[in-house]
Amino acid sequence: MDKSKMKGGLFSKVSDTNLLFSITVTIFILMYASAVIFQGGGFRKPQTLFNILSSNAALIITALGLSIVMISGGIDISVGGVVALVTMSCAVYLDYCPGANIWVSMLIAVGIGLAFGIVQGFLVAYFDIQPFIVTLAGMFFARGMTTIVHTKPFNVENEAFRKLKDTRIVIPGAGSYNKHNIYQPAKIEIGVVVALVLVVVLFLVLRYTKLGRSFYAVGGNKQSALMLGINVRRTKFLSHVICGLLAGIAGYVYFLNVGSGSAAHATGMEMNAIASSIIGGTLLTGGVGNIVGTLFGVLSLCTIQNMVASAGLGDAWWTGITIAAMLCIFLLIQSIVIRQKKRALRV
Amino acid sequence: MENTRLLEMRGIEKYFPGVKALQKVDFSLNSGEIHALMGENGAGKSTLIKVLTGVYGKDAGVIRLDGKEVQIHSPQDAQRLGISTVYQEITLCPNLTVAENMYIGRGNGAITNWKKMNESADRILKRMDIPARATQQLASCSIAVQQMVAIARAVDMECKVLILDEPTSSLDEQEVEKLFGLMRDLKELGVGIIFVTHFLDQVYEVCDKITVLRDGQLVGEYEIKDLPRVKLVAKMLGKEMDDLSDIKGETESYSGEDADEEVFEASKLVSNAGIKPFDFHIRKGEVNGFTGLLGSGRSECVRAIFGADRVLGGKVKMHGKPVKIKGPKQAMKNGIAYLPEDRKIDGIVGDLSVRENIILALQVMKGFFKPFTKAQAYAFADEYIKKLNIKTASADTPVKSLSGGNQQKVILARWLLMHPEYLILDEPTRGIDVGTKIDIQKLVLELASEGMSITFISSETDEMLRTCSRLVVMRDRKVVGELSGDDLTQSMIMSTIAGGE
Repeated sequence: MDKSKMKGGLFSKVSDTNLLFSITVTIFILMYASAVIFQGGGFRKPQTLFNILSSNAALIITALGLSIVMISGGIDISVGGVVALVTMSCAVYLDYCPGANIWVSMLIAVGIGLAFGIVQGFLVAYFDIQPFIVTLAGMFFARGMTTIVHTKPFNVENEAFRKLKDTRIVIPGAGSYNKHNIYQPAKIEIGVVVALVLVVVLFLVLRYTKLGRSFYAVGGNKQSALMLGINVRRTKFLSHVICGLLAGIAGYVYFLNVGSGSAAHATGMEMNAIASSIIGGTLLTGGVGNIVGTLFGVLSLCTIQNMVASAGLGDAWWTGITIAAMLCIFLLIQSIVIRQKKRALRV
Repeated sequence: MENTRLLEMRGIEKYFPGVKALQKVDFSLNSGEIHALMGENGAGKSTLIKVLTGVYGKDAGVIRLDGKEVQIHSPQDAQRLGISTVYQEITLCPNLTVAENMYIGRGNGAITNWKKMNESADRILKRMDIPARATQQLASCSIAVQQMVAIARAVDMECKVLILDEPTSSLDEQEVEKLFGLMRDLKELGVGIIFVTHFLDQVYEVCDKITVLRDGQLVGEYEIKDLPRVKLVAKMLGKEMDDLSDIKGETESYSGEDADEEVFEASKLVSNAGIKPFDFHIRKGEVNGFTGLLGSGRSECVRAIFGADRVLGGKVKMHGKPVKIKGPKQAMKNGIAYLPEDRKIDGIVGDLSVRENIILALQVMKGFFKPFTKAQAYAFADEYIKKLNIKTASADTPVKSLSGGNQQKVILARWLLMHPEYLILDEPTRGIDVGTKIDIQKLVLELASEGMSITFISSETDEMLRTCSRLVVMRDRKVVGELSGDDLTQSMIMSTIAGGE
């Protein structure tokens, strides 16, 4: 018993997943606090945070899917394309099919996402093709299909849809007074609720279900997972199916946010989702990650974008550069902390 | 407890492309029995185990468990049937907690009850006296503890058959004792245990029966009391005790004036590959060798000499002068050449031509920015193709299209071209035909008579006896003896390898 006395110091008791999660949350809080202190203004109102959430609900949902795939040791870069295809397909259905029903449009979105997940997952898991290659093909296919469904971008006119799109949920007690001293209640879009519900559900799935733990096992060591009696192929397959399903849902949430179909929608979203997931503490090598961390990853990414914008550097390249810098800093901190932990344990 | 036939494997066959890994192998296990599965590396032990655990499918044969024929297609199937395995390499997930590693992939519940799982894991860890906590991440445990966790998992699964595939290689003595205690307890409970190990002492300490495999074939099943160590080693190597086929070569030995000079001397040399520090020396024109069972550390010794593994300590002298050899390049500069054991991994570059492969090492020494002219390269290649009788269509043929034996000769040519003073050949004759084997043996003796010092390693003892004038014997990663002169016989080698008794 003496030998294994905890000499590991600060980090040794914490698992890698929890460690990276704590880092993410800490950095997010520090960042938001500094935004409140130094930039003041908008950041002091809760509505700013709600706006960030509302306009990035779709990103949160895709990032959740990517976290699951990445925890299982894979990758999916088709999600942006799937989102675009969903917006266009639903837009065309709602405006061109007589008697269109918004519930059916939701089924279409989910169906498209599932179809991509199932086909990609099947190729990855049962034909042993690199997930990067499979989903790269998926990405091209989705983008191409979007243009085939309808060439030009357009706004959806469907009544029921417009009503759903404009629905806001009021958060009691979080409102603020504007300069004319009129109370403005804090509001969020429906998508945010969808995203947060999914965060909770997936958190529970990953933490408490056999399938969820299998994702970690397969990402940690595929060979060992097999020897431990886990069906590795099925686990990989399901990780892609879930990611595809989430991409479909994210597509509809995105559609609700923008209210239009376009082949140019969600360009580069997959990369933002990957970045968010990594900032949220998911290791690209698999086996380590946390769903709530992913939420904070997206929030960190979007907060920094907002900070850059409100500092007057609204141009796209500045956001790109800051995201790059932030990714580097996060990865650096992660690798330093994990290395420290390993070193402490070796003593 | 009555010992009944628990597991029966009949006529198991397994083929890999180009290899018959198992040929008509039978194996049987009674309940309450600890059964050692012995054989050198490559004898088929691991393959047999992997067939039994569903990692590999079998190509022929029947497996019966409790008298009923079973089909095992996956590790899950094996688990369901009550066959648990602890592998030599840790097959757990480092990113999960200790408790999860003990319980994942088992049971039917879709939901993990962390509290219950951690409690029962802690109970088992405590009972087995394993120094780990259930909630600890596995990666933060030492390798030995990880191995114990794997065993705890297997034990907790209430298996009927427990397979331990070299579980002791990472454990220290106390931990091994603990494991043996556990094995005896399980035996009392009627579990049948298959124990694979290289350590002969351990076999004689805990096992009841031994099954020996060699070259994918069954040699036999023996009661432990009927098979003394020396006989076991003989069975594993496939040599009879009285087989004294000591045929010294007809070639003259080297007789220059500097014949007594020590070309290479090492004292307390140790590398990071897990061998105990060893002393070694070789004279000019001498052929000596490392012998021992596969896995006894003989390759690791020559790799340490060549600097192919990281050298951690020891002094090295060449021609009496201290030198530093930190890596292969320095070894090569000092006139040492090394032909590695696995030519596929360490040796040939399959897509390059015979000519390019032959001049490769010399080119490295010369520097990449001073290429040889085409004419020079062809001259070198042709010289050695002729000298070593390499069967190739031309010097431009890609090496991968040559036969194994000829590939080996190409690598040999590569090193000979460097005119090394000291040549190390690690298993130069493995997997090649008899004719080429004899070619290579002759060449070794010829080169030695011209004054080259050669260290020769082979799994075939008679080949070693035919070529070497001195043999360093290894067991369990330690040098345990040195044989020369009249001691160079099969029986002496075997009894030195077996040790004990």
